[in-house]
Amino acid sequence: METPMMYYIVISLVMFFAGVYGFMTRKNMLMMLISIELMLNAVDINFAVFNRFLFPGQMEGMIFSIFAIAIAAAETAIAIAIIINIYRHIRNIDADNLDDMKY
Amino acid sequence: MDLSQYTLIWEYMQPELLLLIATVLLFFIDLFASPRFLDKWFSATACFLLAVVTILGCIPGEATHTLFGGMFISTPMTTAMKMVLNIGTILILLQAHTWINSEACKVRRGEFYELMFFTLFGMYLMISSGHFLIFFIGLETASLPIAALVAFNKQGGDSYESGAKYLFNAVFSSAIFLMGISFMYAIGGSLYFVDIATVATTHTALFIVALAFIITGIGFKLSLVPFHLWTADVYQGGPTAVTAYLSVISKGAAAFAFLWVLFKTFSPSHEMWQGILYALIILTITLGNLFAIRQKDLKRFLAFSSISQAGYIMLGVMAYSAQGLTALVYYILVYIFSNLAAFGVIAAIENKTGKVNMDDYNGLYQTNPKLSLAMMLAMFSLAGIPPFAGFFSKFFIFASAVNSGFYILVLIALINTIISLYYYLLVVKAMFINPNENPIEPIKTDCYGRTGLVICVAGILLLGIASCVYGYLSGLSLTVGI
Repeated sequence: METPMMYYIVISLVMFFAGVYGFMTRKNMLMMLISIELMLNAVDINFAVFNRFLFPGQMEGMIFSIFAIAIAAAETAIAIAIIINIYRHIRNIDADNLDDMKY
Repeated sequence: MDLSQYTLIWEYMQPELLLLIATVLLFFIDLFASPRFLDKWFSATACFLLAVVTILGCIPGEATHTLFGGMFISTPMTTAMKMVLNIGTILILLQAHTWINSEACKVRRGEFYELMFFTLFGMYLMISSGHFLIFFIGLETASLPIAALVAFNKQGGDSYESGAKYLFNAVFSSAIFLMGISFMYAIGGSLYFVDIATVATTHTALFIVALAFIITGIGFKLSLVPFHLWTADVYQGGPTAVTAYLSVISKGAAAFAFLWVLFKTFSPSHEMWQGILYALIILTITLGNLFAIRQKDLKRFLAFSSISQAGYIMLGVMAYSAQGLTALVYYILVYIFSNLAAFGVIAAIENKTGKVNMDDYNGLYQTNPKLSLAMMLAMFSLAGIPPFAGFFSKFFIFASAVNSGFYILVLIALINTIISLYYYLLVVKAMFINPNENPIEPIKTDCYGRTGLVICVAGILLLGIASCVYGYLSGLSLTVGI
């Protein structure tokens, strides 16, 4: 018996919105980065699942998710570089401390 | 594999390939040339290479070409848009010369130019995409290096804070955008713009969610109002040249690509996205203007002014016609000249004195008449006062929206123009009328910055009067066939 598509979609949506929630509430920048990764990976699951169940004859979704993974890796690299730079300046990575500029 | 494709690729992708060649050349020049040569001529070399790219590759032809099975589309209008972006980037490179050759930034000079060229490459891809994969790659190639550029001032200031804010917002928005695309894929089974336009004609709940997510994702890049919160902080903290780049080039490319996606992909459901944009435009123009009034930091001030300008640009998308497309590209062209004139003055003063506050500009006219004149022209053009180019661009974009029947929207936009006049004139008042005991001392800009400013001012004065520009763009947009 094959697992129905709905199961996968529920998982990916829960992941996505857990990511959104984490991004809004977390203070530590690395945790924010991980939340964003959750969101991006949820999208990858979506693409793979839609491809596998709805359009099994082609590979467009799979290819797209590979590209999305590669770009997510690039994003993480730049984010970590910036976070390290911040750590060198203010000795912690709390998003709350980045409030020099407001209104 | 069919080898005859390669000549076609060279022929049709010329702007992209030439730009890549220019980037590689620049990299090698940075690596092997002597430091003395670089100090003197590196900016000039970069400008020269970009000018060569523009002349060889970005002169609009007449035919529409597709490559890679329709993933890459090159029309005369996209080529014209690439030319507009190139002109803006050359102006920014001219203005950045003083800053990038200062002692603190000299070591990383090469990176600045190469990253800038790479973002430009991403924008090219984004503009002429015919498939969401290319669009997404272009979007990311355009936005990720900018995060590195915003955090460019490693030593001090608020640069790192801006970089973090920009990057997290950009990645968050692209995740939302990707979610929208994945839903779109579930509906149609294809990500080609043409295929989606034929498949997605019924308004299911999934379709509406997908459309809303996609608009949200691009809205972040364009800083439309509910998604604008990063803009002011990033503009204030980033280096002035990068801020200028973000506010004109990045925004212009995103606006054009947004229009392209909406026109091509969602043409059957244009009433739906027009409804969403209607609310977004009113919010963007009004809130951008109201917040701009209370700003004292000039870069922050220009950030909010650019938010409200993004609202005006969106009026061209609203129009959903060839006239709207023409008006949008023309508006972006004029906006590049007027905004870069303002940023050029700010950069010149910031480089010498480090002052960016509006109160510091009091009495600027007594000491720096030429700079204050350029700033005044820029403000008049941004506000849309008649003989200058800004008036004509606003006129055309309002006319295109009116022709599509959005009378109330245009009325609101017009009222907002009057509000914007107030805060643009505040800057002019500070420079010409406000008394000041010790105004900024006379500043002598180098020949690069001066050339940039002179070109900007010439653009402001001439673009509106030379009606051939608008006529030319209009002729190009008719070939697109919307």
